[in-house]
Amino acid sequence: MNAIDKTVAADKPRSRYSAGVMEYRKMGYWQPDYEPKDTDVIALFRITPQDGVDEVEAAAAVAGESSTATWTVVWTDRLTACDKYRAKCYRVDPVPNTPGSWFAYIAYDLDLFEPGSIANLSASIIGNVFGFKPLKALRLEDMRMPVAYIKTFDGPATGIVVERERLDKFGRPLLGATVKPKLGLSGRNYGRVVYEALKGGLDFTKDDENINSQPFMHWRDRFLYCMEAVNKAQAGTGEVKGTYLNVTAATMEDMYERAEFAKSLGSSIVMIDLIIGYTAIQSMAKWARRNDMILHLHRAGHSTYTRQKSHGVSFRVITKWMRLAGVDHIHAGTVVGKLEGDPHTTKGYYDLCREDFVPQNLAHGIFFDQPWASTRKLMPVASGGIHAGQMHQLIDLLGEDVVLQFGGGTIGHPMGIQAGATANRVALEAMIFARNEGRDIVYEGPEILKAAARHCLPLKQALETWKDVTFNYSSTDTPDFVPQATAAE
Amino acid sequence: MRLTQGAFSFLPDLTDEQIARQVQYCIDKGWSVNIEFTDDPHPRNTYWELWGQPMFDVPDAAGVMFELNECRKTYKGRHYIRLSAFDSTHTWESLRLSFITDRPDEEPGFALERQEVDGRAIRYTTRAYAANRPEGARY
Repeated sequence: MNAIDKTVAADKPRSRYSAGVMEYRKMGYWQPDYEPKDTDVIALFRITPQDGVDEVEAAAAVAGESSTATWTVVWTDRLTACDKYRAKCYRVDPVPNTPGSWFAYIAYDLDLFEPGSIANLSASIIGNVFGFKPLKALRLEDMRMPVAYIKTFDGPATGIVVERERLDKFGRPLLGATVKPKLGLSGRNYGRVVYEALKGGLDFTKDDENINSQPFMHWRDRFLYCMEAVNKAQAGTGEVKGTYLNVTAATMEDMYERAEFAKSLGSSIVMIDLIIGYTAIQSMAKWARRNDMILHLHRAGHSTYTRQKSHGVSFRVITKWMRLAGVDHIHAGTVVGKLEGDPHTTKGYYDLCREDFVPQNLAHGIFFDQPWASTRKLMPVASGGIHAGQMHQLIDLLGEDVVLQFGGGTIGHPMGIQAGATANRVALEAMIFARNEGRDIVYEGPEILKAAARHCLPLKQALETWKDVTFNYSSTDTPDFVPQATAAE
Repeated sequence: MRLTQGAFSFLPDLTDEQIARQVQYCIDKGWSVNIEFTDDPHPRNTYWELWGQPMFDVPDAAGVMFELNECRKTYKGRHYIRLSAFDSTHTWESLRLSFITDRPDEEPGFALERQEVDGRAIRYTTRAYAANRPEGARY
């Protein structure tokens, strides 16, 4: 007999704590009458129980395994204020159109978590429980972070507003490009791409996630040549420029060394990859805050656990964790580009990055009202398979507080990198200008681009080269409260 | 060279009608438009000189365009002039849009000075050629 199927009545403390196994729902992890407190952390899980396992029992087991429970009754519970520490599943709803899956709402008392530690939060919420045998699959869909908990985190080291003030750039998306090819360029050749792109009109260039310190280019070489390029482009345009120097490395000591070197060369921004882990991210965020540095986060690796709807962690949860952890930039999807991104779900991520209060919006995958209590805003980054011809769609879908990164769309321009950068910048400024004048850019976008191309040959060439390139596949990670998987218009 | 600070420097120079429409957009959003000018275009020169205060209570773009023309009477051709829009909304409380409306007749650009220091590191200084001359006589 499976432990989870065994039933022991537990109405009285005496029988509740007699040795043996007991249903989780009877151990206090299922409390349908519970009203979550304002200070509770609430997690919403999508649970898919094994055949024959009751959904309420499965949900209670998730609450138990992510808080105080173990598989059997322990008398030592009685030495604690155990009712406070038990997570409480208070609601289980069927997932629309998905037989066999349920949404379980679970409330956690604030005292279960160490203040200001994503490592501790995630060790509880996505710790052991994801391997729990009575479940076929489990996904953390959303979390409501109480203000009391949010206030224990520093939040973004810089934030959107201060980043714009430092860069002296307002009223339009920022423009970037990832240096390509991502592997193989020497430091000297790499810096050439940076210079051309920045001189041509981009605000930022970027190391790719896997550019660290390889045989073809040592990290110090890259930093030195890149800063020559940044400063030269800055003097050539009179405009603040930057390049995200990737300091991702094997150890914290190595990362600090690289970040310090970037600082000593006058870089305004460094970058890290998500795969360095939550603790390392928080360490780098604190370092960035101490050193007036903007901190870019590349979400390398996230699709291994965010993409499939049945199992893993939703990217909206990762977004919340990263805003608390204190990064300044996060890749959050393009909708129209080459990587996964349903428009409604992506809108939800962007709101979580940029708004001070995000209301519940099931169509965007947002299950809870989320106050941010003046936590600084996190700049979303749209990168991967986008080009100047999509400028109207990008601004319409993503707004103006975003970094638009055109890697191939800059470096692949037939007339060269500077021309590619200029094409993107002209398209961007023309579109913002037209929007501000009250024109309907979604409808008139192509016409606005064509008109701008009349005074800009590089834009004309870009529009001809990438004409109708788009990546129009159905997304896998879509909201459950719209009927169909939606493709970008 | 062409200084590319501000939101619209990659577009052809703006006409007054175009400027007025951008100003109206800002006013409709509830932002206060401010006129600033400088003859030191260094990218880190944050504080351009104020032409009066941000216009908190003007009902439409005409008032701003009047002040812009007053500013031009004194500084056109010799200074950069920009318009900036301030948003006082909680959690923003900063600029929402900033763009150059007028440029000096000639823009000589910047020198990049390199000081070789430890190892292969270089300390960079950007210096505006125009700023070599005394304030007020730079363009």
